Amino acid sequence: MTALAAPPTAPETGRPPQDPPGRRLGKGGAGRTMKGGWLSYVILGFALLISAFPFYWTIVAASRSNADMAKVPPSLLPGPNLIKNFEQVLEEANIGKALLNSLIVSSSITIGTVLCCTLAGFAFAKLKFRGRGALLTLTIGTMMIPPQLGVIPLFMLIAELQWVNQLQAVILPGLVSAFGVFFMRQYLVQSLPDELIEAARVDGASTARIFWSIVIPIARPGMAVLGMLTFMTAWNDFFWPIIALSSQEPTVQVALRQLGGGYVNDQSVIMAGTLLGTLPVLLVFGLLGRQIVGGIMQGAVKG
Amino acid sequence: MSLTATAKAGPRSPADSGPGPDDGRAATLRRTWRKASPYAYIAPFFTLFLAFGLFPLLYTAFVSLYRVELQTSGEMEWRGIANYTALFTDEYFWISLRNTFTIGVLSTVPQLAMALGLAHLLNYKLRGRTFIRTAILLPYATSVAAATLVFAQLFGRDFGLINYVIGLVGFDPVDWQTGTVASQIAVSTIVIWRWTGYNALIYLAGMQSIPHELYEAAEMDGASRWSQFIHVTLPGLRPTIIFTVIISTIGATQLFGEPLLFEGSISGGISHQYQTLGLYMYEQGWGFFHLGRAAAIAWVMFVLIVVLVGANALVARRRARKEAGR
Repeated sequence: MTALAAPPTAPETGRPPQDPPGRRLGKGGAGRTMKGGWLSYVILGFALLISAFPFYWTIVAASRSNADMAKVPPSLLPGPNLIKNFEQVLEEANIGKALLNSLIVSSSITIGTVLCCTLAGFAFAKLKFRGRGALLTLTIGTMMIPPQLGVIPLFMLIAELQWVNQLQAVILPGLVSAFGVFFMRQYLVQSLPDELIEAARVDGASTARIFWSIVIPIARPGMAVLGMLTFMTAWNDFFWPIIALSSQEPTVQVALRQLGGGYVNDQSVIMAGTLLGTLPVLLVFGLLGRQIVGGIMQGAVKG
Repeated sequence: MSLTATAKAGPRSPADSGPGPDDGRAATLRRTWRKASPYAYIAPFFTLFLAFGLFPLLYTAFVSLYRVELQTSGEMEWRGIANYTALFTDEYFWISLRNTFTIGVLSTVPQLAMALGLAHLLNYKLRGRTFIRTAILLPYATSVAAATLVFAQLFGRDFGLINYVIGLVGFDPVDWQTGTVASQIAVSTIVIWRWTGYNALIYLAGMQSIPHELYEAAEMDGASRWSQFIHVTLPGLRPTIIFTVIISTIGATQLFGEPLLFEGSISGGISHQYQTLGLYMYEQGWGFFHLGRAAAIAWVMFVLIVVLVGANALVARRRARKEAGR
């Protein structure tokens, strides 16, 4: 987060030299000097409730039976059928394979993207070469264009290569992240001093050597943020996987699409599948939520 | 080994032809490598980018002028602008265009307004700040498919929880599937649920970069909290707001997963009442196997995005100029 540097004391105001304690916390933040009243807590609590309720409801529905779901008044507490519904959805919707495939796809995309983007980001941030400005403009220019619009030729390409229904059909296009290149470039422009590179060059280090021993260690926090965001995006990607893959070789989202497409009529089983497909991301989020929040806010300020 | 000093000297510069042939060649090689090596760093990205990013995007325009069928996607037959004329005479194209627009407004406007309010609250000094921020981002971590399946359940006509609550309050149950307005509200609700927290955090980041001297000055002038919000926070947030409006516009234009999975039908409801352009494209391409037609729709969406983003930017600049003139 690009917090502002210590704010200069305003000349006329004669502000006391010591900031009140509340202000200390807010690094240049505006409203943070003010404490939130009870109404803020009430409204935010309500917002959190709405955020969380669908998750709770998924658990409730996944642990009941289809007959329970059609009861009036509806049951608002979890029931005893969770394991049974899990077993059924694993059998009917290929969720086990979907989870494995999603793990393979998302990890490959994450590793590949972070690597490609760090390499390119470094070149754009610190190396001089002809066409640098034009290529960077091209990359940033396409950042705004949704990849969904190129899906038809992409499909023709994949069909030509006979990759339909194979995981590389999803992995390779997933590696293209113009945002990632931009993000890593911004990160390295800010955190990698030119002097460090020059000093290494004076010592006779090659660019490759500099990349491995200087750039990578410094870029690591940025790479971690990009990695988390990429993993989440890849795990949740919907449009392209349902075109390139089918129920024989599904990712989680493809399997969920199948579940919602009318093959399974049991609402509880559908919700059990949804729960299984969402749990891994929730787990990642539970462990790294703070960093993801930081990454998004950081990206917002830089972008 | 300074890179900058040699950057201007090309491999054919007279200095190269100086010493012995072997020496000169080695030096030239080294110099060539030094000039070429940056390209090695961008090569992996750009190879993938050209093959799977830029090429498909541009080739879409080309494909849109041909008849291409899904099963025989290698065979292309020239059609000229026939795909486009067929599109513009198809009633469902106009319906999905209208739906994309109405759902876009229904989902984006409340979403950004609520995000702004939430960000304002999050900017206060709060207990459990990190927890609140993380929890509010939780919907963003959920996939479109998962979120839509859950909401489709909640919006069920006969046994959905939402209709049950509506009944408790004393109103008649709503048919969230067949009614045009009702179904579009339901679909928009899913979008709003998933993206409000994310946008709130973006706004919060923007608010935190507004220098607090501005607030102090406003306070000294006797400005209330509300007028501080209007006269300090909002103008300070302008670039962030423009950013989120543009991102949401692009997202709304290509909305796809929510209408597809709301009932699981590719026509977006029984009378196409909530079919979006993205879904219409999918229906043409993978429902009816007309890839050429689908490409024409993709290209229309692209033009639409360019126009909308351009209009956004134009309005933003106009307003900025107007305020500066005041």
